[in-house]
Amino acid sequence: MRILGHKVSVTAQIGIAIVAINIFVAVFAPLIAPFDQATPVGDAWADPDAQHWLGLDNLGRDIVSRLIYGARMSIGLSLVITALSFVIGVISGFAAAVAGGWVDQVLSRIVDLLLSMPTLIFAFVILSVLGTALPVLIITIAVLDSTKVFRLARSVAMNIVSLEFVEAARLRGEGWWWIVTREVLPNAIPPLTAEFGLRFCFTFLFIAALSFLGLGVQPPNADWGSMVRDYRDMINFGSAAPLYPAAAIATLTIGVNFIVDWMLAIHSRGQGEGA
Amino acid sequence: MSERTMGASRSRDDSVILDVRGMRVAVRTDAGDGPVLVDDVSLQLRRGEVIGLIGESGAGKSTIGLASMGYTRRDCHIVGGNIIFGDADVRAISLDERRALRGPKIAYIAQSAAASFNPAHTLMEQVCEASVRHGVLSAAEARAEAISLFKQLDLPSPETIGSRYPHQVSGGQLQRVMAAMAMVAKPDILIFDEPTTALDVTTQVECLAAFRKLIREHGTAALYITHDLAVVAQIADRIMVLKRGKMVEFGDSRQILLQPKEEYTRRLVSERVAGHNFVDANVAAQVPILAIEHVTANYPGKPKVIDDVNLEVRKGDTVAVVGESGSGKSTLARVVTGLLPRAAGDVRFNGVSLPPRLNDRNKDQLRRVQMIYQMPDVALNPQHTLLETIGRPVAFYFNRSREEVRARVGELLRQMDLPETFITRKTSELSGGQKQRVSIARALAAEPDLIICDEVTSALDQLVGEEILRLLKKLQNELGVAYLFITHDLGTVKRIANKVAVMLKGKVVAGGDTAAVFAPPYHPYTQLLLSSVPEMRPDWLDEVLAARATGQATTAALLRAP
Repeated sequence: MRILGHKVSVTAQIGIAIVAINIFVAVFAPLIAPFDQATPVGDAWADPDAQHWLGLDNLGRDIVSRLIYGARMSIGLSLVITALSFVIGVISGFAAAVAGGWVDQVLSRIVDLLLSMPTLIFAFVILSVLGTALPVLIITIAVLDSTKVFRLARSVAMNIVSLEFVEAARLRGEGWWWIVTREVLPNAIPPLTAEFGLRFCFTFLFIAALSFLGLGVQPPNADWGSMVRDYRDMINFGSAAPLYPAAAIATLTIGVNFIVDWMLAIHSRGQGEGA
Repeated sequence: MSERTMGASRSRDDSVILDVRGMRVAVRTDAGDGPVLVDDVSLQLRRGEVIGLIGESGAGKSTIGLASMGYTRRDCHIVGGNIIFGDADVRAISLDERRALRGPKIAYIAQSAAASFNPAHTLMEQVCEASVRHGVLSAAEARAEAISLFKQLDLPSPETIGSRYPHQVSGGQLQRVMAAMAMVAKPDILIFDEPTTALDVTTQVECLAAFRKLIREHGTAALYITHDLAVVAQIADRIMVLKRGKMVEFGDSRQILLQPKEEYTRRLVSERVAGHNFVDANVAAQVPILAIEHVTANYPGKPKVIDDVNLEVRKGDTVAVVGESGSGKSTLARVVTGLLPRAAGDVRFNGVSLPPRLNDRNKDQLRRVQMIYQMPDVALNPQHTLLETIGRPVAFYFNRSREEVRARVGELLRQMDLPETFITRKTSELSGGQKQRVSIARALAAEPDLIICDEVTSALDQLVGEEILRLLKKLQNELGVAYLFITHDLGTVKRIANKVAVMLKGKVVAGGDTAAVFAPPYHPYTQLLLSSVPEMRPDWLDEVLAARATGQATTAALLRAP
């Protein structure tokens, strides 16, 4: 199997399969899920049977259906947040690298300030004060996350800006928008793509953690993190219920990491000793 | 595979220390088989003999050097032939046995000493490390041996230089320390991989002399890899000429230099000996377009890099600025382009003073001065097509429509002798020489009056560089564009420039018509530079060293002078 002329390793193939299944399930959740995520369909903690493969949960809702809708919420939310953090981080990071001087100083110090605060605690404060509506959740995490994207985008762009083709563009009299979008961005795509995968994983785990603590996705929406929280006591009664959403979180994280590892390996092979 | 091949060794001449027969190295990746890098190369290296491997980039000379140690770069594999070192076939022995060879028996000296030393350890630690690790010498013995080698290599204060860190010595000194590192364990074979290529000419002479002395005194056999025939002529007993992984010619050094049998060797030799003279003093009109007047510049918070420099370029003329690294010649180019604002003096273009800062210049001022860089790999955006690269200045400066831009790019490609079908290719898909042609096309697309050429041929192979020079001259005749040539290569200067300015420590020490500057009476520094350019005669180095011993100038002495 080859993608864009690169051989796909076995682990990457597994990763791609995992991610593809998850995305398919997330996109077509209403069509796939046998029951609604929020409607009780039987007794609480009913055992699995032919209709309810993993049984029912604390309110009598179908666990399989909630896992499927949970994929939609967890993956969709993480994607939106990661994308937003990349828009903020990449634009400001490139601007800092290309403009340099005081622009770089101001942006970098703001980022230092944000990075100096523990992310989870900071998110707690914001979400407790402003409430846990989805837009607040998205913007808070995206802004916090964009500081890490900024760091990477700035250093990648710094390396590119020092190359002579950027100097040639400057000598031609090009403005900074041309330099950022036409000279720097196309050459920064490979490292940024890999970083996107990694940041997606972190965001995804971060949301799961927030939901587990009750500050993330709110009921009645299903989300893997909050499902682990809702079902966690059942482990004491010999039920595997909390393990299903936990396994879903772990599987997707590993899958994405497999792909990222493969992409980083391709990227690093291009450098080093060329013959 | 671990069985030693003893049989072959008995029939061989005892004095042969490295016997390479039918070596083939090819690229093998999980994506399939790649090109063959070295194809059926054989050589017998005797004790105390130096064989020069010469060829342009891609000739496989470094690959042969590494493969002789049983080592290949990533994804490359030795796929055929025998490499018999002493009694053992390097290909047949185990990894551990191979490791035991490297260092004590066969050692490697790389092109960039700066990249080969660990900046966090002292020189002495690194020089002694391998032989102590291999158990060849005790720490104290290795130390004593290193100091004695530092002496033999003419390094300053040999007793204490070992306690310095790599950044505390000069490039030429570091290269010699690396030779000492290779020699500490007294190997039977040294492999030199372009050890002087990154050095200035005057430093190169010192290193060459030190290497040759070392090899002769210790009777060590060596493979000397370089692209410069004149360099290898000074040190090698026999020379092997390589082209695209195949042996072209192999023979005695004098025979290769004086009576080359193959056409390819003849071309290599003749380019160095004669070089076509492009200089045509009548082309230039009497109109000065660029006048640099009493210019001084420095980087923020640093001392002056150029100091009171005067220079004039006339319409359609070629002026060269020569000097060694650190002489300020590239800084001068940055001042003219406005990348580094001048601190004092004036830069006038067509009679009008140019604003010091790039951002204060108008579009027309920017258009009229263009630049071509040393490294075409980084001077062109690898993600852009030729149409985008060459077409951008056309669209940017002249506001042309899409069709007009395309037509103009096609015309420029024809002028560069590049196929018009290349227009949709990405610049990263081209060879070094082709990339440099695209750089020239991009500069010409702006229809400039002056092009600054910053070491435009030094990253290219000799024959390719020659073609680029010829192309630049042809374009000058057709378009009347003036060139400001920044270079360290005196051969290039003599061939292309009508006027020359010799720079030393930020000042122009000699200037005027090329013919006058390069004829007696010389400025002492000009003479030092001229005498340091290797000539295609095996006796050249001896003559230069003899002349210097009788008290002629060295860079160090000149730099000390007020």
